Amino acid sequence: MSDALPIEVSSPTPLLELRGISKEFPGVKALDDVSFAVYPGEVHMLLGENGAGKSSLMKVLCGAYGADAGEFFYKGEKVAITSTADAQKLGIAVIFQEFSLVPYLDIAQNIFLGREPKGRIPGTIDRRKILADARRVLDTIGFDVDPSTTVDKLGVAQQQMVEIAKAISQDARILVMDEPTAALSDRETELLFALIARLKADGVAIVYISHRMAEVFALGDRITVLRDGRRIDGVRPADVTPDQLVRMMVGRNVDTTYPRHFADKPGELLLEVKGLTAPTGISDINIEVRRGEIVGLCGLVGSGRSEVARAIFGADPITSGEIIFDGKTITGEPDLAARRGIALIPESRKSEGLALLRSVSDNLVVSALRKLFPSGLFDQRSAQRTADGLIRQLRIATPSARQTVGLLSGGNQQKVVIGKWLAAGSKLFIFDEPTRGIDIGAKSEIFALIDRLVADGAAALMISSEQIEICHVCDRAYVMREGRIAGHLTRNELTEENIVRLGMHHA
Amino acid sequence: MTDISKEAIMPPRSFLSQDAIQVFYRLLAALLICAVLAVLSDSFLSLGNILNVLRQASLTFFIASGLTLVVLTAGLDLSVGANVALSACIAGTVIHKTGSPALGILTGLACGGIVGLLNGIMVTALRIPSFIATYGMLWVLNGLTYWYMAGETLHGFPAGFRQIGSGYLFGLPIPVYLLLVFLGIGTFFAQRTIWGQEIYAIGANPVAARLSGIPVARRLLLVYAVSGLMAGLASIIFLSRLNSAEADIGESLTLPAIAAVLIGGTSLFGGVGTVFGTFIGALILTLVLNGMNLLSVSANWQPLVTGIIVILAVWLDMKTRRRTQ
Repeated sequence: MSDALPIEVSSPTPLLELRGISKEFPGVKALDDVSFAVYPGEVHMLLGENGAGKSSLMKVLCGAYGADAGEFFYKGEKVAITSTADAQKLGIAVIFQEFSLVPYLDIAQNIFLGREPKGRIPGTIDRRKILADARRVLDTIGFDVDPSTTVDKLGVAQQQMVEIAKAISQDARILVMDEPTAALSDRETELLFALIARLKADGVAIVYISHRMAEVFALGDRITVLRDGRRIDGVRPADVTPDQLVRMMVGRNVDTTYPRHFADKPGELLLEVKGLTAPTGISDINIEVRRGEIVGLCGLVGSGRSEVARAIFGADPITSGEIIFDGKTITGEPDLAARRGIALIPESRKSEGLALLRSVSDNLVVSALRKLFPSGLFDQRSAQRTADGLIRQLRIATPSARQTVGLLSGGNQQKVVIGKWLAAGSKLFIFDEPTRGIDIGAKSEIFALIDRLVADGAAALMISSEQIEICHVCDRAYVMREGRIAGHLTRNELTEENIVRLGMHHA
Repeated sequence: MTDISKEAIMPPRSFLSQDAIQVFYRLLAALLICAVLAVLSDSFLSLGNILNVLRQASLTFFIASGLTLVVLTAGLDLSVGANVALSACIAGTVIHKTGSPALGILTGLACGGIVGLLNGIMVTALRIPSFIATYGMLWVLNGLTYWYMAGETLHGFPAGFRQIGSGYLFGLPIPVYLLLVFLGIGTFFAQRTIWGQEIYAIGANPVAARLSGIPVARRLLLVYAVSGLMAGLASIIFLSRLNSAEADIGESLTLPAIAAVLIGGTSLFGGVGTVFGTFIGALILTLVLNGMNLLSVSANWQPLVTGIIVILAVWLDMKTRRRTQ
C-alpha cells in the first residue's frame, strides 16, 4: 500500500506518476489516496470490480475530473492536471468505450478534427495535405484503409483504430484504454494486440482497463488492483494466479448483515424463462423463480442483466424464447406484464421509476388505478388514503402524501417505487440495483421489506452489482457474462469469489 | 398590515394542490382585467357584451379543451384549425345535399375524430414527434379542403341548425351552455377518471408511465382522437354561427387555441395543467381582445398583446413552480 513500487522496471523514472490521489463525490469516496505509475513501453493493467474506482482514476488521468488531493509527476517533474487540455499537452489520450467520432466525416477529418490543415481559400481544408497526413498516421499503426472513407461505414474495431490514430497524431505518449476488446471479435482482438505491441516498442505507455483474465495475463507487464477507491496492490502477472487476483478485487467481506428468513423449501414455480433471446444482446436465457425465493441475477455491468429484466417485463421486444408466468405464457407490452402481476423496479428510479414532479400519492397509486378504482372513476381522497397506508407500512419519510416525490431522499423515493407495486398487488418483483445511491439504513429496510414480501408468497428476482448483498439475501443466483447465463450458484455456492469468477472472461 | 393582506390573497398551501393554486391566480387575473375594463369602458358590463365575451371564449375553448389533453401528455396538435375547416366544409356539404342537420353534425364530428385518430397513429405507431406529425397533417388537411371546396363557399343552412351557434335559451347563448357542458365533461375526464390520471402520468414521465404498466400508446391514441373530435364539434358551431363555410376558416384558430392552453397554465412539457385553467385562459384572451375593441385600440395591436400575455403567464408559472421546488 506504500508509494514504493514493488517491482523493478526497465526505465528508472516513470513517464507519469500519480501520488496520493483522492476524489470525493457527495456521499462517496471514489478515490482514496491512490498512487499509480506508468513507465514508457509498458502495458499497465488496471483491475477492479464495478465501482472500484477505475473510471474515476481514468477521468482524473485525462483531466475530466480534478483531483481533490494528490500530485502528478511527468518524467519526474511535478505537473498539474486540472483540465483535459493539460492532459493533452502531456500526451495523455483516452480511448473510451463510447467513441467520440463524427460518423459522417471521413477518417482523415476525424483524425485531425479541429486541427485541419488550412486550404488557400480561407475557411477551406487542404484536402491533399489532410489525406496525406492521415495516410502517414494510419501507416504508423499499420491500419490499411482509405482515409477518405466516412466513419459510419466502419465497424467497431476499425473505429477504434481511428480513435487510436487520432491519439497518435496528437503525439500521445500515454494511451488509456477502457475495455478496448469488449466489442471486438477474436480476429480483431488479435489485430489490436499486435498494434499494442507496436506502440510498446515505440515507447508508448499504455494503461489498460480489463475484465478479461486471459488478456490481463497475455498483455500486462504490471497489474494494479483497485477496490473501494483504494489501491490494493501492484503485482506482476508472473507472480500471481487468477484466483489470487479475484480475491484481491473482492477483498474480505465488510461486516454487514441483512435480515433474511430462508424458507425450508421453495414454493411453486412462478416464473419460467426458456431460451430467451432479444435484440438487446441477450441470448438463450433460462431462468426459474419460485414463490418465496429471492433469486439473484449477477454479472458485470453490461453483461445483460438489465436487458433480461426488461425483456421479462415486456419493456424490450424479444426475438425468440418463452416467458411463462404463473402457468401462462406472456407476450406484449409492460401493461400486460403489470396486470398479470409482474413488477419492475428499474435501475434508474428518477428517470424510469417516478414522475418526479407529481406527488407521493400520485406515484404510489399509478400502477394500481385499475385495481383501486374498478369502475374507472378516480377519487383523490380514496387514492390518498391508500397512499397514507403505504407511507405508514413502508415508513416513507414524507411530510404528507401530497409532497412532490422529487423532494424525497433516494431511499424514500425507492420505497415509493416499490410501494406502487405493493398497491398493485404484484406477485413477482424484479429489482434492478435496488440499493444504488441509498444509505445503509435505508438499504437494510429495503431488504427487510423484500424478505417480508417473499415470506408472504411473492417472489423476487434481484439484480445487484453489490455481490455481498446477493450473497446475504439470495436463495440462489444466476451469473451472466456477455449476454448469456454463465452459471448458477446455489445457496451454498454463493460467495463473492464464485460470482466474480463466473462473471469474468476466462477464455 | 402587509402580512395580513398577503395572507388574505395567498391560498393556504397545505390544503390546495399546485393546480388549484394556478387556477386561483388565473381567476384573480381574469377578475382584475374585468375590473379594469369596467372602469375604463361603460359598455363592458352590459349584458350583451358579457354574453358576447362568453360566446367568443366558448369557440376558442372547444378547440383548446381537446388540445389541453394533448399538451398534458407533452404533445402538441397543430392541425386543430385545419381540422375545423375540413370538418365544417364536409358537414356543410352533407347538410346541403341531404337536408339533414343531424347527419351533417355526425359527419363533422366523425371527420374531426378520424383526423385526430390519424394523428394519434402517426405519433404512436410511427413514432413521429407530435409537433411534426400534426404540422404535416395541417398541410394535408388544408390541401384536401382547398381541393374539395375549389374556391366555393357553402352558404345558407336550415334555421334550426343555425340555432346551435346563434340561438338563445333562457337568455343565454346556446354555445355558452355547450361550454359549461364540455367544461364539466373535460374536467371530470381529466380529474375524476383513471384515464385522466394516466394522461397526467404519461406527460410527467412517459418512460416511467410505461414501466408502471400504463398502456401509453392507447392513451395517446385516445387523447389525439379527443382533440380531433373537439375540433369536429367546434366546426359544427362555427358552421352554424357563420351560416357559411369556406376553405380558409381554420387559419386563425390554431394559434389562439394554443395561447388559451398556455395562458391557462398547462405546461408544454406535459403533466401539469387543467381543463378549467384552459377555460380561464380562453376567457382572459377574449376579455383582453374585447377590451381593446371597446377602447377602440386598433386590431393591429392584438397579436402583440396576445404574445406578451402568453410569455408573461408562462414566465410567472415557471417562477412560482421553481419557488415550490
